[in-house]
Amino acid sequence: MADEQAMSSFWRGVKTGFPFLFVAVPFAMLFGVLATEAGLTLFETMSFSFVVIAGAAQFTALSLLNENAPAIVALISAIAVNMRLVMYSAALTPYLGPLPLWKRVLLAYFLVDQTYASSQLEFEARPAMTLTQRFAFFLGVMIPICPPWFLGTWFGAWAGEAIDMDSGLDFALPIAFIAMIGPALRTPAHRVAALVSVIFALGFAWLPFNFGLIVGGLAGMAAGAEAERRMSA
Amino acid sequence: MIDKTELWFVIIVLGVCSFALRFLFLGLVGDRTLPDWALRHLRYTAVSILPALVAPLVIWPAATEGQTDPVRLLAAFAAFAVGYWGKSVIGAMLAGAVVMLGGALLGL
Repeated sequence: MADEQAMSSFWRGVKTGFPFLFVAVPFAMLFGVLATEAGLTLFETMSFSFVVIAGAAQFTALSLLNENAPAIVALISAIAVNMRLVMYSAALTPYLGPLPLWKRVLLAYFLVDQTYASSQLEFEARPAMTLTQRFAFFLGVMIPICPPWFLGTWFGAWAGEAIDMDSGLDFALPIAFIAMIGPALRTPAHRVAALVSVIFALGFAWLPFNFGLIVGGLAGMAAGAEAERRMSA
Repeated sequence: MIDKTELWFVIIVLGVCSFALRFLFLGLVGDRTLPDWALRHLRYTAVSILPALVAPLVIWPAATEGQTDPVRLLAAFAAFAVGYWGKSVIGAMLAGAVVMLGGALLGL
């Protein structure tokens, strides 16, 4: 019975993650193409995707290295882009923290924007889910996102410059994120958080190393928490 | 040409650091309960980080070298509107994609 429920959570995860397949694959291919053009071997390109497994940070590091920036600058910029992962980890801990260590290691490895956001929304919407069901759901979401990321990288690196990357493709990623934001704005506090984060992110967009993202994120979280506190007071 | 030593330095250190960032709370906090104020902030992580990530990309797209582009603005609005009022992630993605494709077909 418990297994059956876990299986249904797993499949619901696969279904939830499915649309992101169409974002992950083109982006992974683009990374493969760009890495190959920058002179990386297939092994180096694949190692990049397997070891780092974070699209935005990979693009940042690769483009800076390609522009002959010092390795340390490429590294720090890419880490700054990934600082948001700390907040994802913190946000999922109340839901998944009690899992055994090896499962938490596995979750951490596959923690990317889409697996995080889909899981958070699901766990909020279904508070009755058990720990096993939550873990199964996360793995389900991961399936159409992470393995395609690796395969797409490989295909892009293999096909190299043969692929013509359409110019509108850059916008698939923002659209995918925006699509997740709309349904997530369930309460006034959520809407306040999103609005404040946009204002701060734009106002601090001039900060180096993408720190405007962190400023916007923290401001939004503080605003959301404050709005919730006032409403419940 | 990218120096291979530098490349491997970046791949490995970036990989280790990214994992550490992802593991920080899941691994170290685990099943200890976080204080209420922390949980209250964490509830708004997704609706704060994602908009902060997307807003500059919508207003100043890299593909147009930072020039605000009406087609991208409209695509972003369509995706948001369908997601917000229609509550469907897939519907919202399709709405944004349709606007982008429409713009490309019209040569905008």
